[in-house]
Amino acid sequence: MSTGDARPGTPVAKTTPANRSYRPRRKAASTGWLVPAITVGGLLPVAVLIWDAFTEALGANPIQRATLQTGLLTLTLLVASLACTPLRLLTGWTWPARIRKALGLLAFGYAVLHFLIYLFDHGFSLSVMFEDVLKRPFVTVGFTSLLLLLPLALTSGKNAVRKLGFQTWTRLHQLVYLAVALGALHYYWGVKKDHVPPLIYVGVIAALFALRFVRRRPPRKKVSPL
Amino acid sequence: FVRPARLLGPYDTKEAVTPYQQATTYNNFYELGTDKADPARNAGSLKPRPWTVKIDGEVKKPQTVDIDTLQSWFPLEDRIYRMRCVEGWSMVMPWLGFPLAGLIRRLEPTSKAKYVQFTALLDPKQLPGQRSNVLDWPYVEGLRLDEALHPLTIMAVGLHGKVLPGQNGAPLRLVVPWKYGFKSIKSIVKITLTEKQPQTTWMSAAPSEYGFYANVNPAVPHPRWSQATERRIGELGRRKTLPFNGYADEVAGLYKGMDLRKNF
Repeated sequence: MSTGDARPGTPVAKTTPANRSYRPRRKAASTGWLVPAITVGGLLPVAVLIWDAFTEALGANPIQRATLQTGLLTLTLLVASLACTPLRLLTGWTWPARIRKALGLLAFGYAVLHFLIYLFDHGFSLSVMFEDVLKRPFVTVGFTSLLLLLPLALTSGKNAVRKLGFQTWTRLHQLVYLAVALGALHYYWGVKKDHVPPLIYVGVIAALFALRFVRRRPPRKKVSPL
Repeated sequence: FVRPARLLGPYDTKEAVTPYQQATTYNNFYELGTDKADPARNAGSLKPRPWTVKIDGEVKKPQTVDIDTLQSWFPLEDRIYRMRCVEGWSMVMPWLGFPLAGLIRRLEPTSKAKYVQFTALLDPKQLPGQRSNVLDWPYVEGLRLDEALHPLTIMAVGLHGKVLPGQNGAPLRLVVPWKYGFKSIKSIVKITLTEKQPQTTWMSAAPSEYGFYANVNPAVPHPRWSQATERRIGELGRRKTLPFNGYADEVAGLYKGMDLRKNF
């Protein structure tokens, strides 16, 4: 999922008045291989999961393991997509902005897979699903997070940015903050007692939010005298 | 595998037994790590011999007894029980052990004894998971005296005809098949008969989620997930969870007149 800031190096950013004054601090190296590499690398865990399932390497409770792994991959990829902009702002590199969309779409893919495994686990019973969504906050927040990611995945293309207008598109894609926060809460509420792993995610997400907040102000001040 | 019917005792289930490999590599034993695979990996540090069990509280004969002596007091019996975890999975476990009732009668409880409290080993060297404060150590569990005296309640020392592995609670653990698995405390070093209801580890950790009774009950959901179904380890789908884990005929009478929604 893409997030707020204008992205240098993409057609969208070039046509946005607010970004005309932006000059990349470094010359962008050729990164044509980057997105395909991220995509293949991001899909690798699916292959591993299928391989493990067929070789009975998922342990005694393979469904539970697959659910947990796809959930963790969703969160990890969402966090990685959120890290792109702070990384760009901190380093001046432009490549993080180019892989953001791929990371976001991969996260969405794993969220859907996670949801499908959950449905499979309950015999694709919609009544069980609705009961869970309505009655159990742990499921409610996870389901809401998935629903929030859906419009972001649908509007991830360049056409969508053009159609919606950059401002609206940016606003829409800020939903990713809520989605990742709910995702982390879903994980926190899902574990029985050992809250350290979900709290690590919470810490990283909070740090990324903070970085963004801190780094957002100085450029604005610099822009006005120009 | 399914045992021939003539070898089954009155309390044994005819259901397919969970293979040894799965029963010993998918465990909840936080003292040896919180991941299901951790206990099997870390069990080497747990030394089941020498081992003593202290027996105190409201008994006429408080004593500390060696595990081998304690075991020699009773003939060992096979018990094939369902085991339902509070997380929504289950196994069929062929235990080897003796009824707790025999031990309690031998200790001669005083008239004040109403409950039995069990305490597990506290030793971070043997149980490295105790270096983390994920729960308050040592692990403590308890039963009402009539639950402890019920013939289904056993102390297990073996599994699948072998000595109990560390990850399954060596050398001595409780097995209460109609309650969620966390009641069946592992690696016991102390048994105390008490007048008051013991405060158990999971009750302290999350009182709204884990009660003293913890009877398997599909009608009372865990606050965060349903208890209506369970996955039998080795099966892909889910099966319906039975009241009292399928032992309602034997134990429902113990809770006559009690509101099991309140006493969860």
